[in-house]
Amino acid sequence: MSLAFFAVIAAISIAAAIGVISSRQPVHSALFLLTNFATLAVLYITLDAQFLAATQVIIYAGGIVILILFVIMLLGSEDLPADESRPWTAWAGIVLGIIMLGGIATGTMGAFDSVEIPTTELADGTIVSQLEGGVPKAVGMELFTKYLLPFEMTAILILVALLGALLLGRRPEGESPLDNEQLAETSGD
Amino acid sequence: MVPTGAYLMVSAIIFSIGAVGVLTRRSALIIFMCVELMLNSVNLTLIALSRQWGNFNGQIFVFMIMAVAAAEVAVGLAILIAHMRHSKTTNIDEINLLKW
Repeated sequence: MSLAFFAVIAAISIAAAIGVISSRQPVHSALFLLTNFATLAVLYITLDAQFLAATQVIIYAGGIVILILFVIMLLGSEDLPADESRPWTAWAGIVLGIIMLGGIATGTMGAFDSVEIPTTELADGTIVSQLEGGVPKAVGMELFTKYLLPFEMTAILILVALLGALLLGRRPEGESPLDNEQLAETSGD
Repeated sequence: MVPTGAYLMVSAIIFSIGAVGVLTRRSALIIFMCVELMLNSVNLTLIALSRQWGNFNGQIFVFMIMAVAAAEVAVGLAILIAHMRHSKTTNIDEINLLKW
């Protein structure tokens, strides 16, 4: 039963990933990416990582995809050209991808079949995972005791990234938004 | 319970699809999305192995990867917008000013 559910969600995730790389319009790619992130969040819940599933939806689906859609809106969503510089580029990429997938698969196929997933037994005999379902309390206990330094450094990293993005996005000195050709045309008539 | 190898296989497939996307597509935005695909596949691998070994190391690492990926997307898209201001193209074949 859980294997059938996993198979359905994994199939949707892989189909969405194929949709990301094969769409003609960038907006379609962004929406396929959103589907992939949502299905991965479902897979995280089945893997005893509930806090990370919520974080995945908040940061990836609710932040990064929105950022990408904003950039598509700013840059103008032109249809990406279908002509390749060389006609065999797509086929070479697919062949290389299959070779890489074969290499990874030979290493990971059935790798952990003989290793048991550790579980603990509660007082009343129920068997639970040692990860306690990945609830925020359990992750927080680990994050704020053993991994406190990386957590604080991540905060500094985000501050630096914020300042960097702010600086890179500024207009050069002396240039006003009305210098943009499109705005000048629309305000002319 | 679904075996860990199944999750690793799904992660390998998504990673390969992302890599093919980075190699094949020529728009910088699509390449960004394919890099995010690869990062998410590695997240799936780490969480599956965290459950396999029964400790939180993989999940904490995924937390750090998510923070770094968010910062990277913000800065990368800012670079893309700054480049588009004077170039008007996202085709990576034409972003070659540093080419020798």
